[in-house]
Amino acid sequence: MAENIRVLVAKPGLDGHDRGAKVVAAALRDAGMEVIYTGLRQTPEMIVEAAVQEDVDVVALSILSGAHMTIFPRVMDLLRERGVQHMLLTGGGIIPKTDAEELAEIGVGKLFGPGTSTRDIIGYIKEEVDRRRVADEI
Amino acid sequence: MKLLDRFLAGDRTALSRVITLLENDRDRRSAILDRLYPRSGKARRIGITGPPGSGKSTLADRLTARFRTGGRTVGIVAVDPTSPFTGGALLGDRLRMQGSWDDPEVFMRSQADRSHSGGLSEATPYAITALDAYGKDVIIVETVGVGQSTLDVSEVSDTTVVLLTPESGDSVQAMKAGLMEIADVLVVNKSDREGAALFASELKVIVDMGRWEEGWKPPVLSASARDDTGIDDLYERLDAHADYLSGEGRLQARRLRQGRSAIEKALGELWQGRLTVLQDAGDAMDRLSERVAQRELSPLAAAREMMDKMAD
Ligand code: B12
Ligand SMILES: Nc1nc2c(ncn2[C@@H]2O[C@H](COP(=O)(O)OP(=O)(O)OP(=O)(O)O)[C@@H](O)[C@H]2O)c(=O)[nH]1
Ligand SMILES: [Mg+2]
Repeated sequence: MAENIRVLVAKPGLDGHDRGAKVVAAALRDAGMEVIYTGLRQTPEMIVEAAVQEDVDVVALSILSGAHMTIFPRVMDLLRERGVQHMLLTGGGIIPKTDAEELAEIGVGKLFGPGTSTRDIIGYIKEEVDRRRVADEI
Repeated sequence: MKLLDRFLAGDRTALSRVITLLENDRDRRSAILDRLYPRSGKARRIGITGPPGSGKSTLADRLTARFRTGGRTVGIVAVDPTSPFTGGALLGDRLRMQGSWDDPEVFMRSQADRSHSGGLSEATPYAITALDAYGKDVIIVETVGVGQSTLDVSEVSDTTVVLLTPESGDSVQAMKAGLMEIADVLVVNKSDREGAALFASELKVIVDMGRWEEGWKPPVLSASARDDTGIDDLYERLDAHADYLSGEGRLQARRLRQGRSAIEKALGELWQGRLTVLQDAGDAMDRLSERVAQRELSPLAAAREMMDKMAD
């Protein structure tokens, strides 16, 4: 089992709904993860820069504003550009199922909607990180 | 290209990976440090400590911007506490350190202390070495909000800045925590608040009463990190302290002292590592615990026996 899982939790754009992000951040912390919370009004560029500097396993975005179809693809592109596509990009908020399916096709992970149990989120992240961790040759 | 070659070629992603390995991979830590340590030692290291919420991150962010205006590249390590119950941590320092997010010459890393005592993580000195070897001119280290824990930050800094606020209440509290002894510079932050001037003058009295190294009495400065005031003054005093250190082999003496304490820490780390291996491998600890519980053997005698086992 992967140890010391690091997760970046961010709120992109002008979306001010931050309860979900805070609930998830606290739940991941209580599950033994190291959670970097960067707060509101993050651009995709800020998010990816923080993800790189913090070398997180997971980039987790909370979007309830309807902007998910522009933000997730942009973040995905930037992660690829920086050569860190092994990081899991996941998140939640108000995201219709069909949109989530479309995003899955470009490599975005599972997206969780209202009412999700944080236990499901924790389980999913642990499993994915176990699978994705890469070993470096020094 | 292998990781360390990419690191040496200036790849930021590689720097970040290297810090992760130094944090997580006890087996390869030593091999990585063998390559990096000889390249470190050029950076100026500034420690920032103070009570929880006193404004360390906000101040570090302002100071970073100031160093950048002065043409110097900056690396930051900011430590927050790990929960002893769950092993998890909420690392919130980055939240207040976004002023230079798009500046490629600034690199900021959050660390959980992973229940290491002293206000830093076991791997904080290693992250500092990595940033130093990478070529950062200035490295700022933010400790966890200290109450009365020990004060490791002075072991990894050239200059230690102690941050206090008017509401951190009486200056006696600060003295009790041992903060006064490690301070090279004292800053009363949140000086936009009531009582700040009074608090600063109280502190000055205490400093005046103390005994300090010849040639450097810690100045008591006032700042508001929120309003970005007092930062120029701090910047100048930091430079003054660097000048002071560069005279008469003082920096050398400080680093010699720090080297000694770093070896002691590393020894502890090695023993700890051996102990883990032993615990995994066998029942020696079980047997000894049994005998200690039965009062056949004192814990000290048991530890001695363990040490003999580990010595091979
Ligand atoms: C509370 C609320 C507010 C509060 C927000 C307070 C705050 N600080 O968060 C206030 C009153 C401020 C507000 C304002 C607005 N709101 Co509002 N708000 C809601 C409401 C009722 C609940 C949201 C909530 O907090 N839920 C509780 C948390 C715990 O749940 P959650 O966020 O969904 O999180 C869970 C999952 O989604 C998931 N999850 C969420 N984030 C993440 C992240 C990760 C990494 C993971 C893994 C999982 C995950 O896991 C969580 C746990 O189960 C929703 C309706 C609803 N039922 O969702 C509307 C809603 C989100 N709001 C809406 C709107 C339109 C607005 C406003 C634009 C209204 C207006 N015209 O002014 C403003 C915009 C404000 C702004 N600046 O962004 C719409 C959004 C429509 C859309 N996207 O298509 C909704 C859906 C209501 C609706 N049905 O129309 N709102
Ligand atoms: N009024 C006032 N508030 C400030 C000032 N500096 C920081 N703050 C606020 O104080 C709070 C804590 O600031 P941080 O910079 O996170 O403090 P910190 O010492 O890094 O906190 P920890 O890392 O959690 O110990 C935030 O709400 C800041 O906005 C200041 O000069 N004046
Ligand atoms: Mg802080």
